[in-house]
Amino acid sequence: MDNLLKIANGERIKRSDIPSLPFHVFRQELLQFAVNGGQIVHYFAYEDAGVLMVLAIVRSDAALYAAAAEAPEAYHALTADCEKFHMFEREIAEQYGVRPYEHPWLKHVRYHANYRQREDVFGNDYRQDIPGNYDYFPVEGEAIHEVAVGPVHAGIIEPGHFRFQCIGEEVLHLEIQLGYQHRGVEKMLTAVPRKRLPVIVEGIAGDTAIGHSLCYAQAIESLGSLPVDEGASIVRAIALELERIANHIGDLGALSGDVAFNPPAAYFGRLRGEFLNLLLVLSGNRFGKGLVRPGGVAYTMGQEQRRILIDKIKETKLEIAHVCDLLFTAHTVQARFDHTGTVDRETAEKLGLVGYAGRASGIAYDARVSFPTECYAGLPASINNKTDGDVASRAAVRREEVEHSFLLIETLLAREVATESVLAGDCKLAPSSLVVTINEGWRGEVSHCLLTDAQGEILRYKIKDPSFHNWTGLAMALRHQGISDFPLCNKSFNLSYCGFDL
Amino acid sequence: MLTIIKNRMEQGCRTSRYPKTPITLNNRYRGMPKIHKNCPAALMKKCADLCPQEAIDAENALLDLGRCVFCGQCETLSKGDCIQFTQNFELGVARKEHLLTNGNLPRLADNAKKHFKKLFGRSLQLRQVSAAGCNACEADTNVLNTPFFDLARFGIQFVASPRHADGIHVTGPISKNMHAALMATYEAVPAPKVVIASGSCAISGGPFRGSPEVVGDLNSLIPVDLYIPGCPPHPLTTLHALLNYFK
Ligand code: SF4
Repeated sequence: MDNLLKIANGERIKRSDIPSLPFHVFRQELLQFAVNGGQIVHYFAYEDAGVLMVLAIVRSDAALYAAAAEAPEAYHALTADCEKFHMFEREIAEQYGVRPYEHPWLKHVRYHANYRQREDVFGNDYRQDIPGNYDYFPVEGEAIHEVAVGPVHAGIIEPGHFRFQCIGEEVLHLEIQLGYQHRGVEKMLTAVPRKRLPVIVEGIAGDTAIGHSLCYAQAIESLGSLPVDEGASIVRAIALELERIANHIGDLGALSGDVAFNPPAAYFGRLRGEFLNLLLVLSGNRFGKGLVRPGGVAYTMGQEQRRILIDKIKETKLEIAHVCDLLFTAHTVQARFDHTGTVDRETAEKLGLVGYAGRASGIAYDARVSFPTECYAGLPASINNKTDGDVASRAAVRREEVEHSFLLIETLLAREVATESVLAGDCKLAPSSLVVTINEGWRGEVSHCLLTDAQGEILRYKIKDPSFHNWTGLAMALRHQGISDFPLCNKSFNLSYCGFDL
Repeated sequence: MLTIIKNRMEQGCRTSRYPKTPITLNNRYRGMPKIHKNCPAALMKKCADLCPQEAIDAENALLDLGRCVFCGQCETLSKGDCIQFTQNFELGVARKEHLLTNGNLPRLADNAKKHFKKLFGRSLQLRQVSAAGCNACEADTNVLNTPFFDLARFGIQFVASPRHADGIHVTGPISKNMHAALMATYEAVPAPKVVIASGSCAISGGPFRGSPEVVGDLNSLIPVDLYIPGCPPHPLTTLHALLNYFK
């Protein structure tokens, strides 16, 4: 650990302070850290004055560390020794054409040409529309059959491809191939005028508009030394919790629908809308778009808004408790939720699962506790009682988090602190700096990492949605499950396609 | 069983009476803009410069509903003197040129294709295609199936197969990686077919316009019949557009 620099969430660091290690030392350090229980927040490459660098941000439960190295054109994959690097190394290979040899499953992540016009590591021809005719991990044998689903799915849902290797009804392996939603977000963020950034960031994953725009705003505030007053922080935290409640109860309803228990599906479906409407009361938009801007919030909370929030929460809290009771006590529901799609703790740790998916498998990590931003430092933590790693646990954690979010919002609403609204104006960013911001979005750890160049322009903008960790968790959850349980397992994770595809 | 009945009583009937009874949205909701033509030109220009979407034509005092993401920055900057957002959610238009507006939209029903009304007025089945949508448009389309909106009572349904559909409803800026799948879905819909572009992204590329990884304008690929502006469109905007275009 001596070679890693300890940093804080949202802290502005001079890039020259980040230790630049010889690659073999860098590799060794990271592996040691990860094998001993550390997790990867970011691991990505960037170009600086013609030199290709790799940068890693890693964490324990209580601290963040950074280290960098000059990137070789090819190197011995870290994934060969530790699974946690799996997606990160594939992403680096895709974005910069660096080959990690002995990577156990070296395949593109999103299907796009690399940023350096190097020879493609995967041998793809990107002039072709995504053909889907690349290799999938095969299971061989006479009784094995393959099921292919997507990219266009049956419901109103984002696109992605799922390839199941089955023996009869039993899934032996599921490979999830995404990339259909790739919009080139990271590259856009360094190429377009800065005034466009807030709205692009809100569209990284629309259901996590608050989570991602908090990461963006905090990063700009840190690099640009913009103060944020307490009133704005309160509005931001309330919005983040409303986003969490809306999504969690929406998912509880969908889970109920997936096991054909319709009353809670209908009730939760309607109740979810109430919370989107509360976000609209705060921001004018049902997803909270337009609310968070560097320097504070674009819309303040007046007495009128506060009243509506207090009344609505009072009204819905009990209803939600009742519908939860209905869902969780129904035997038919328990029969389908219990022991379905289990990810045990060891696997979850190896994959670095975050958010409710991690917590349902017994990994308590919550960024609101470990790396608190806004007003989270003084607030109580959520506690989870059911951590068996199955659908039932992922559902139970959602319920616990909804109740906890109510508590947080009520606590925050009691603090009547006024604030001014801000316009997304321009500010100068500190040159040659780095900042990492982390927030606990409703799916888990959302993180942005920004690097500026000598002129204070954004040199590299790296985004990580929690889905980047958790999709592999879903794939593992399906092993030895009946294929008909896929929708249920999928909903219990409810991951983001566009958050992953960027 | 008892819990089911108890919950049923507590929940009651929540279906909205719209369009029979009008709905008023919260005063923070930003719908149809009012554009004050006679505001100081310099202030209007300032709004246009600030706009992240380059949606304001300051010279002619017009706003492009296909580009606007309704962030409200222009309204805040001009304190409502140049641009002001009303709570009118009826934003759907049938022709691209109507998107560039001075704040008065022509009646949607008057511009709808008459044969669509005849064909689909009593039953409309749509296939939704998300082509790099951020899941806000998708989610707020999906809520039309919840009891509050209960879309099916109007004979409109989202179906699983394009073969069963009368048209497609597209969200997202159309990533290159979804281009082939989108076209295949479109082709699988039997003619005559309807094409609906929903949300700023499908209409203009939205926040992602200009990215080399997206097409950015559905109309450049296939002819669009109905445009539903918003980021995302409010469910009532979509409902109003569907009812007025097809009924
Ligand atoms: S509300 Fe629309 S026109 Fe006004 S600044 Fe935002 S995107 Fe531009």
